Amino acid sequence: MQSVGVLALQGGVAEHTAILRNLSFNVIEIRTPDALDSISALVLPGGESTTLLFLMKRWGLTKPIQRMGKNGFPIFGTCAGAVLLSSSISEMEHEVKQESLRLADVKAIRNYFGRQTRSFIENLSIKGLTDTFKGVFIRAPLLQPLSEGVDVLSSVDDGPVLVRQDNLWLSSFHPELTSDDRLHRLFLERSGLLGMEE
Amino acid sequence: MNKTRTEGTWEAKAGLARMLKGGVIMDVVTPEQAELAQNAGAVAVMALERVPADIRAQGGVARMSDPDMIKGIQQIVDIPVMAKCRIGHFVEAQILEAMDIDYIDESEVLTPADERNHVYKFDFKVPFVCGATNLGEALRRIGEGAAMIRTKGEAGTGNVVEAVRHARSVLGSIRKLKVTPPEELMTIAKEMGAPYDLVKYVHENGCLPVVNFAAGGVATPADAALMMQLGMDGVFVGSGIFKSGDPEKRARAIVEAVSRFNDPEILAEVSKNLGEAMVGINISTLPDEERMADRGW
Repeated sequence: MQSVGVLALQGGVAEHTAILRNLSFNVIEIRTPDALDSISALVLPGGESTTLLFLMKRWGLTKPIQRMGKNGFPIFGTCAGAVLLSSSISEMEHEVKQESLRLADVKAIRNYFGRQTRSFIENLSIKGLTDTFKGVFIRAPLLQPLSEGVDVLSSVDDGPVLVRQDNLWLSSFHPELTSDDRLHRLFLERSGLLGMEE
Repeated sequence: MNKTRTEGTWEAKAGLARMLKGGVIMDVVTPEQAELAQNAGAVAVMALERVPADIRAQGGVARMSDPDMIKGIQQIVDIPVMAKCRIGHFVEAQILEAMDIDYIDESEVLTPADERNHVYKFDFKVPFVCGATNLGEALRRIGEGAAMIRTKGEAGTGNVVEAVRHARSVLGSIRKLKVTPPEELMTIAKEMGAPYDLVKYVHENGCLPVVNFAAGGVATPADAALMMQLGMDGVFVGSGIFKSGDPEKRARAIVEAVSRFNDPEILAEVSKNLGEAMVGINISTLPDEERMADRGW
């Protein structure tokens, strides 16, 4: 059985874990660098990006994950997880001096849609999926590609919300908050960890 | 605007709380404290004029904070900003919603505005967190639309004993309900004074339908880890940080402790040299009328 890691420092860890276990993967919660050795893909969950960055640094995870991402290791970041993967971060209301893993050529604009009262649900068309996907957007970022290598897989009227750059997948919404596992499957299929659907 | 877009749904409201799991929410009274909290890794801040320890000390009626003061905090941090309204004070809640607050705490720390009724929270796009001392109370609040639950504990005391009592009560009842035969559920709903469909949900799923945080009396990294090991999803720290000797160090230590709550060696390391903890209060010496946990039902 292949193992998928879920960064388990803060945020929607249990939700991703449940979906991955249903897909018959062994899930390893990542809190320390040595736990990274036994996994074939990594999920960075939603949560607070400033908290996640603080804790990744504190427990020595930033550099190893950065190295893996650069070497083609499959990583899927949702919401805050996508912010962590982006090379540039800005905020709607003011400047931010936030660090990140700087792996994908993407500018994440945090809280693009506004504060919590503006959080929303919208049905999305996703490249690679036949039917629409329920996007749960919570204080969500917008994900602007900064290079040709970034493939936009889904957009709302305002701009891109699901992008892929080779081994890196970034979504500004939360597939883990639905019971729909198709996006997780798509990521794992394209990363060669799951047989392609007929 | 896209026709399929809907705002303020239950998924979005309860979903934000899910993203706060494993995190620490800190009470702050100034923009400077808010910034310190964010830098220390807080997942959200609770903006208020006085921390519970000061509300306790100063007495009088405690109300919603000045919107201008809350706005100052919203402008300085990127993490979610929460604020408190009085129990049953739906106009304070309307004001907080109009200010684009991210989460409202309908809180017993403020003086209740209604002794019988809580706010009907389904009317709002902004999500609510409410305190509970037992499972019946938690399910009543969820029945009114709360998208997140926390223990009441005894705020402003620096004493974790009440939070532990409430956590054990809620979690113990959930464990019991899981193995209860279905024919007993209606009687339990009646005795608990809780909506039947929510009692049934807990029986079938073995958990609350919303996230459940610890609050009220958490003062040290060990307190926070204790609440996490008991099974809570995250921690509110009120007076515990900014009433201590070295707020910055303590704030970071509590965040670190919550992220590694099952690792005693790490807990030992982060608990070192934090300066003085807030001076606590023995709950048994508190007169009944000063017990905040008894407010609301």
